Formats: sequence, structure tokens, C-alpha cells
Amino acid sequence: MANYSLKTPISADQTQKLRVGDYITITGTIFTARDEAHRRALQYAKENRPLPFDTQNGVLYHCGPNVRQINSSWEIISAGPTTSTRLEKFEADFIKKFGIKVIIGKGGMAKQTEMALKQYNAVYCAFTGGAGVLAASFIQSVDQVVWIDLGIPEAVWILNVQDFGPLFVAIDSHGNNIFTKIDNEIQKNKTLLLNQLK
Amino acid sequence: MDLVQTLESVIYRLLELAAIQLPLTVESQLIQMIDQEESEIGHMQLSLIKENIRLAKELRRPICQDTGLISFFIKIGENLLNPITIQKIILEVTSKATQTIPLRPNTVNFFEGNTGTNVGRHLPWIFWEPTSGENLEITVQLKGGGSSNIAKLVMLEPLEGFQGVKRAIIQAVAEAGSKGCPPYTIGIGLGGTEDLAMILAKKALLIPANQRNEQKNFEELESELLKTLNLLKIGVMGLGFGPSVLDVHILDAARHPASLPVGISFSCWALRYATAQISDNEITYPSHEVT
Repeated sequence: MANYSLKTPISADQTQKLRVGDYITITGTIFTARDEAHRRALQYAKENRPLPFDTQNGVLYHCGPNVRQINSSWEIISAGPTTSTRLEKFEADFIKKFGIKVIIGKGGMAKQTEMALKQYNAVYCAFTGGAGVLAASFIQSVDQVVWIDLGIPEAVWILNVQDFGPLFVAIDSHGNNIFTKIDNEIQKNKTLLLNQLK
Repeated sequence: MDLVQTLESVIYRLLELAAIQLPLTVESQLIQMIDQEESEIGHMQLSLIKENIRLAKELRRPICQDTGLISFFIKIGENLLNPITIQKIILEVTSKATQTIPLRPNTVNFFEGNTGTNVGRHLPWIFWEPTSGENLEITVQLKGGGSSNIAKLVMLEPLEGFQGVKRAIIQAVAEAGSKGCPPYTIGIGLGGTEDLAMILAKKALLIPANQRNEQKNFEELESELLKTLNLLKIGVMGLGFGPSVLDVHILDAARHPASLPVGISFSCWALRYATAQISDNEITYPSHEVT
């Protein structure tokens, strides 16, 4: 297990050396997207319209922040990750169309995403769910907010971060997925416990 | 005291406390887990949680960005304010607190979208309970989307009995896995109608951490479930190490001869609520012991 500090934009060379169990930190620009933003972005792609923000070799953060508006600028108050499993149905497409190299979320993702991460040399990292104030402490500024019509949690927030982490590499670009492994264990333990009830 | 003014400030204080500081019993239970944790991965995740709890208190910011949907549990005595007046205050203060604490706006009306105020159709929901004397007790509960999405209602046949109850709970927690920010606190509502079972499950989350049921059979069931559910080895944040479940609380109601409803409500590690008691011109906050 190793520790790495990455700067955006992220290259395939950087992601390829990461393995499940490593810890990374990220410095640079990241953007948030949840359910509605995923759906809209993929709709743009379908219509061949360019996105109003840059995603190539980028870092996607599954997050709907709690923010405060001061005049025309925004302060991020609390900004931990949201449950990534809801995005599973979009993510393989999203990685492919928008050149994502790192996804940050919580709770893990499944087979489709795992395969896309492998194909496009990208990784999925977990940050501690609920640690919203800690996550916000790494955010230096809000660069831009896009699609605010979706509401504050669902809008795309483009953020400047400094040493965001520790992020736990949970799915690497070599087909390893710690969440699948643990879920298999949980299901085995469940069967064992249910059998003991009889 | 002017009860309207008092209520405005008490309700604001409760929203703030619930969002920013864990209840005392919840925090000390969690901190104890951190001190005991030996695995590297479990310890790292719990330490980040501990640091977040500290930062939230220091900076007066909501622990988690998802400040949830808001519910109020009110025990209302005799000769106090009209419930309609209390409801009006709750809606006004919630809307104001959303801007100033701030809380994340989470109420999405089906056709108008996010109201931006945390006040939406039927929300915040208020659970009313009459009580004797001139006493008023208000509890605010904040419940995030992640841990609400894994809730379950299971309608068992009565002859499935407590074995069936245990089976349903083990299955629900195994299914929840990493999705709702474990380690979880689990509220169980047994009996009643299907809706009451879910309400009891949610209410059970408000029982102080480590406090066991007064009925011996349920006390034993809580302890057994706590032990069993941790054997699933979900771990902190679902990473397989450290505690999976912090606590299990049961509330029961009488049931129909043909039904055995089991309501299962989850809280993420950030179990957030705050209670105020108002009586004889005195206001206390027993969940947080602040003045």
C-alpha cells in the first residue's frame, strides 16, 4: 500500500500505478455531479452539444454540497461524498464520453463501472461519508457553478482543492474492486448467520 | 415568558444543535469505538470521522452536507400553545435556519422542484403526542438520504415469530451493506399497523445510545442483534474493518392477530437529533446538556 499526491489534470500513467488499498490526495480542479447532472450531461453528449465545463482527464466528485451564498460568491460549508451506487447506471457511459480519470464517492460501484475504469485507465476512490466539514476544509474556492437550475445539491460545482484526502483507492484500473470483495464476504456471513437461526 | 418568542429561539437552537453536534451519548459511543479499533483501515476511517466531528463543532458547521429531511417529535402538554401556532413557527424557523446555519435545501416538490427552504409539501413532518401538565418537549431529527434509502418494512406472518424478525433484520442490514454510511444505528419497530411499525423504527433511533429496552425479552433481542449484525463484517464505510453496527433499539406496539410488521430504520454514524424540554419557565437540552 502506497501514498500518492496527484495534481489535475490526471494522466493514465498516474492512475495505472494505483492499486486498491493505496491512499491518494488530489490538488487542482474537480467537479461534482449527482443523478440529475449525470443525466443532463449524457443528454448533451447524445445531442453532440459540448458541456459548459471541462471534464477531460478530470476528477468527478459524487457530492451535493451544503453552500452559503455571499453576494455573488459561494462558500462551501460542508461537502462530503454521496452514495455512488445511485450513479452506477450512468457511470460507464460518463467515463467513456467525458474522459474521467478519478471518481471520488462513497459506498462503492459495481461491475459496469469497474469495467469502464479498466478500459479507460481510471480509478474510483472512497472518501469518508459524512465527513462533510473535513472535505470542505480541502476546498480552496468555487471556480464556477453550472446548472444551478437543478437545485444546489444537484448542480455541478467546479472546485479548487488542495491535498483533498486521504482518498482510499477502492476500484483500480486493473479490475480490482474492494467493495465487490467485501460484499461477497457480507453475503457469505449472512448465509452463515441465517443458517444458525434454524 | 413569551412562549412564541421562546419557541422561535428554541426551535432554531435545536436545528443548529442537531446539524452541528452529535448527541452526547452518540458521540461518546462513537469515540469509544475509535479508541478500541485496531485495524489500520478501520482506525483511519474512524479517525477521519472523529476529526470531522471536532471540526464541525469548532467551525459551527453541519457535520454532514446532507442535513437531511427534518422531522419534529413534539410532546405537548395542557393549556399550551395551539398546535397550529407551533406548526407555523416551525415552518418559519426551518426556512430561516436553512439560509443562516445553513442547512442544505433538500425538499423537492414533485412538479416545482427544490423549494430551497426545507419546507415542502407535508414537510417538515410533525409527530404530535399529548402529555400531561404544562410541559412541552421538542425533538428535531435530521435524516440523510443515504440511510433512508436502505429502510425496510417487512410484513411477516405471526408464526414466523422472533426467528423471522431476526432473519428479516439480518437480511436488511446485509443488503444495506456499504450504502448508508456505516457503522449504523438500527431502529426496529415491531407490531402495530404497517405505518406505525415504520414510525416506531424511526423513533427508536432517538433512544440514547447504549440504553437498552425495559422489557427483558427485547433487551436480550437488542443485545443479540447487536452482536450478530456485527458478524456481517460490513465495517466502517463498508470497507470491511471496524464496527458495522453501533446500536440496536426496539420499540413495539400490539399487533393484529394476522400480522407481524417489522419496520427497520437505519441511521448513518452521524445520528443527528436534539431535544429541548420546556417547563416552569425553564429550558433544558437533555440530548446535548447545553444551557
